[in-house]
Amino acid sequence: MASSSSAGRQATRIPGPVETSIQQKIIEAFQPILLRVYNDSSKHSHHAAMRAQGGGSGETHFAIHLVSPSFKGKTSIARHRMVNALLKDEFDNKGLHALSLSLKTPEEWEKEGGGEMRSE
Amino acid sequence: MSFARTGLRTLRSLPSAQVYRSSNILNQRRLISDEARKLIDNAVQSNPLVVFMKGTPEAPQCGFSRAVCQILDVQGVPREKIVSYNCLEDQELRSAIKEYSEWPTIPQVYIKGEFVGGCDIVLGMHQSGELENLLIKEGLAPPLPEAEPASKA
Repeated sequence: MASSSSAGRQATRIPGPVETSIQQKIIEAFQPILLRVYNDSSKHSHHAAMRAQGGGSGETHFAIHLVSPSFKGKTSIARHRMVNALLKDEFDNKGLHALSLSLKTPEEWEKEGGGEMRSE
Repeated sequence: MSFARTGLRTLRSLPSAQVYRSSNILNQRRLISDEARKLIDNAVQSNPLVVFMKGTPEAPQCGFSRAVCQILDVQGVPREKIVSYNCLEDQELRSAIKEYSEWPTIPQVYIKGEFVGGCDIVLGMHQSGELENLLIKEGLAPPLPEAEPASKA
């Protein structure tokens, strides 16, 4: 089962509604070998765009590391477009503002050592 | 409306009443209008390298925009070859460019009228060497001393 970023030291952190729906949609659409959803919103809450919204909802900036066979034979633009399209409602209506994506096929991921995107 | 002004400069051959009207429409519509599309078309097709970003290459207002500018710097692209549009100064452009590219985030990089990608993709292409090849091929970055001169095909 693909798991979220709420591992290790962050075990007590409860994912918000946007993070939860990102995870659910991705698991359903991509059957991931690996899925990590990192909420980086607090690192960006001081930015002009976020200040204008009172610091944002706390669920504005995410990074996703996703390994899925669905990406086979697809260019990076096409892979990004697949994820962006899946999360259109989050972008348009749920305050999602920035998404950093690392999208790999199982083969590419294994070739690179099959590690984590982040060591935290 | 700095973007609209820039675009309108290129439309100066039109009668002034017509230019005024298109500028008004651009101001009022929420969804991308034909006019906004034309302005962006014109921007990306008349400049070989366009970056839609937050802030300016000299003073980026967002880490992702900053990263893209830094990568172009590292690649040796001269500043004067980068045409940048500050989406923070122009809310119309900010929403229009997302629709135009069908891409939900900023920055966005265009080379020779083609959408290249945002920060992640540009970084990935930088790391794989693909970006260097593209920039050299399009005459935006100097070829490596040992490399063959880029073909003019």
